[in-house]
Amino acid sequence: MCLGIPGRIVSIEDEAKKLGVVDVGGVRRVTNLACVLQGQAPSELVGEWVLVHVGFAMSRIDPREAQRTLELLAEMGEVQEELEAMRRSGAEAGTGAAS
Amino acid sequence: MKYVDEFRNPAAGKKLVARIREQVAALGRTAADPIKIMEVCGGHTHSIFKFGLEEMLPDAIELVHGPGCPVCVLPVGRVDDAVFLAEQPGVIFATYGDAIRVPGSQKSLLQAKAEGADIRTVYSPTDALALAKSNPDRDVVFFGLGFETTVPSTALTLLQAEAEGVTNFFVFSNHITIVPTIRAILDAPDLSIDGFVGPGHVTMVIGTEPYRFIADTYQKPFVVSGFEPLDVLQSIVMLLEQMQAGEARVENQYRRLVAHDGNATAQGAMAEVFELREHFEWRGLGSIEESGLRLRDRFAHLDAERRFLVPALAVEDPKACQCGDVLKGTIKPWECKVFGTACTPETPIGACMVSSEGACAAYYNYGRLSTLPVLATSGA
Amino acid sequence: MDSPERHPLFQRIEKHRRRSGRVRENVVVQAHGGGGKAMRDLIEDLVVRELGEPEIDEDQAFASISELGARGDRVAFTTDSFVVTPLEFPGGDIGRLAVNGTVNDLAVGGAEPVFLSCGLVLEEGLEIDTLRRILRSMGTAAREAGVRIVTGDTKVVPRGKADRMFINTSGIGVVPSGVKLSSRSVQPDDVLIVSGRLGDHGAAILVARGELDLDTDIPSDTAPLNDLVRTLLDAAPVHAMRDVTRGGLAAVLNEIALASEVGMVVDAQTIPVRPEVSGFCELLGLDPVHLANEGRLVAAVPSDSADAALAALRGHPMGADAVVVARCRPEPAGVVTIDTGFGGERILDMLVGEPLPRIC
Repeated sequence: MCLGIPGRIVSIEDEAKKLGVVDVGGVRRVTNLACVLQGQAPSELVGEWVLVHVGFAMSRIDPREAQRTLELLAEMGEVQEELEAMRRSGAEAGTGAAS
Repeated sequence: MKYVDEFRNPAAGKKLVARIREQVAALGRTAADPIKIMEVCGGHTHSIFKFGLEEMLPDAIELVHGPGCPVCVLPVGRVDDAVFLAEQPGVIFATYGDAIRVPGSQKSLLQAKAEGADIRTVYSPTDALALAKSNPDRDVVFFGLGFETTVPSTALTLLQAEAEGVTNFFVFSNHITIVPTIRAILDAPDLSIDGFVGPGHVTMVIGTEPYRFIADTYQKPFVVSGFEPLDVLQSIVMLLEQMQAGEARVENQYRRLVAHDGNATAQGAMAEVFELREHFEWRGLGSIEESGLRLRDRFAHLDAERRFLVPALAVEDPKACQCGDVLKGTIKPWECKVFGTACTPETPIGACMVSSEGACAAYYNYGRLSTLPVLATSGA
Repeated sequence: MDSPERHPLFQRIEKHRRRSGRVRENVVVQAHGGGGKAMRDLIEDLVVRELGEPEIDEDQAFASISELGARGDRVAFTTDSFVVTPLEFPGGDIGRLAVNGTVNDLAVGGAEPVFLSCGLVLEEGLEIDTLRRILRSMGTAAREAGVRIVTGDTKVVPRGKADRMFINTSGIGVVPSGVKLSSRSVQPDDVLIVSGRLGDHGAAILVARGELDLDTDIPSDTAPLNDLVRTLLDAAPVHAMRDVTRGGLAAVLNEIALASEVGMVVDAQTIPVRPEVSGFCELLGLDPVHLANEGRLVAAVPSDSADAALAALRGHPMGADAVVVARCRPEPAGVVTIDTGFGGERILDMLVGEPLPRIC
């Protein structure tokens, strides 16, 4: 019940029934957009990224938040590298160093 | 693949693990006194095993695999009811692939199919509705399974069936809700979880408010997590940060998809179509109040339980089966007496071994390398 | 009085009786399998004409032992049955599969495929046009692979007793002396090479069935491997070779690991998969290593021959995406694991049953 995959809305299949075609890595499927319209007309959503689950788009993907998460992860990685570098140089300087 | 590959970057993953090691050391915990983190959702169990995340984490972290696998918690009696429905004359029984091999007291759906029942695997409830429309002389029964992630899809499909005047489409609802599950875990006397990795897609629907009681009343950190390896690892970092600060909050790691209020349309559809049952039977956890969903009276004409006389018997789990304890996390899969011997993916006794995200199946299929030494020394 | 056989009417009937067969029905009927004139018509009009083998309707085919003996010192013999649905799909059809499948079983044993048989079980009601297309496709596939379909059999079963059409092909090949391949011969320091991208056929068929309502461009990778095999065998020592079919890469690697009692570690980052197959798998919760191929081989070679093997494969049109996907090790014997890249290894086993789409 958790298997959801990001895909891009590439066209609208039926405006009235809120059906669009979503592309997931080159595989396209007609998908129900009711949950992601947020008051807009389906045609306005072409190009948006959504999470697809059992043939329904369940949420839009916020590209800024995605970017922020990746940046946070990268930062965490850098901090980690710095800490490790400090530790390595501390070890090299000998155990007599005050810590 | 965009929004997937970036969150599977192994180099970044290794750095997160290094951070986790430091946090664990700072907390002063060891393998003898591990930090117990439970991932509630079966999708997380699957990710953890698929990417080998448990192997990477320090021994001082013990991952407890929770009961968030909707197939695993299906009681035997409900599987029997599903088989009963599939064997009704004229019925096309449409189900997600996950459920097809779960053993009932006599047989699984797969065995029923081999014996002649018309059982079809579908990807979406809309495919089942399409089957009903293209087979007007047959009754199509859809096996509605899953937590709140999946409920809106079933609900929207039923609304469509009603609007289009379809009368040969029925839903056999085994939908369940996540909060009672978590509460049952928190109330279990033989369990002590330090923090939770929360179900990202369920929360995408219900929002983060429903979990407030976990932090406020039970004082446990709860981080709503995405499903890629970096998501899970980052969520663990966030949990440990809370523990280091002595806090207990509900946090959202899956911000690119999960909004605080969840999805209003999805919630609206769920409320319009479904209502809570007074209680619902869960494999291994017993009867839990207000945890199961059934169709409202307005949709009685599309409710499989009202259209067909399902036996609805309460069937005991097989004596040898310890799925309940595994689901609660009180024992590890390999501690079950029949794990790997009488109970294997080929000859499953319980649902934990059949479902693609059941803890037993996960350990048997993916993780038995790490447990082989454990088994060897324990003489099992 | 003239002898009766010289009477004009008699001669007219005889001429008509000997005319070349022509099927007049537009679907297969019981009579087509009855052994009588209707069956003769079917065989001449469809089987002989489309496969291009005038003598295929004899009860036996004969081959010269000395001719075969000049090409090798062992005869290889294999059989396979084909029951795929739908009969026709992007990239091929059941006929092409039936030819390539048996050719490949021979080829990965080191044999040069020579002759095939073709046994047809046809469901009453199968369209003659469909049957003709499939037989024509078999003829084309046989010519591409350099084999001849020299004998066969045709049966018709009542409606409902066969899923439109089943085909069995058996094949005979000759193994050149000195070529010795076996799943039991893999060594602990071998590496495993796959000749191309995984999962295409399995995905193509699932999409073509239409039940999943997916729109994508994934053709089956069905192809004859015998030429690629020859190229590889000429370039590097090979211990074992298998074609990747049902069960996918995971099944092949586990079978080899168990047969040779070696361990294997797969490198998840190297597994070659077409983007659409990847998208397909993510959407449905499937894994490309469990999906079928019909035109890919796995070869176990000593690790110091890997470069030569790869160069040979990549230089061939069918091996352009060849890559080392796994290396062997002594322990744990018979167990295949996968290095996910995150610092851990986990088991990579075959599936119990069929790959099924999941929601969790």
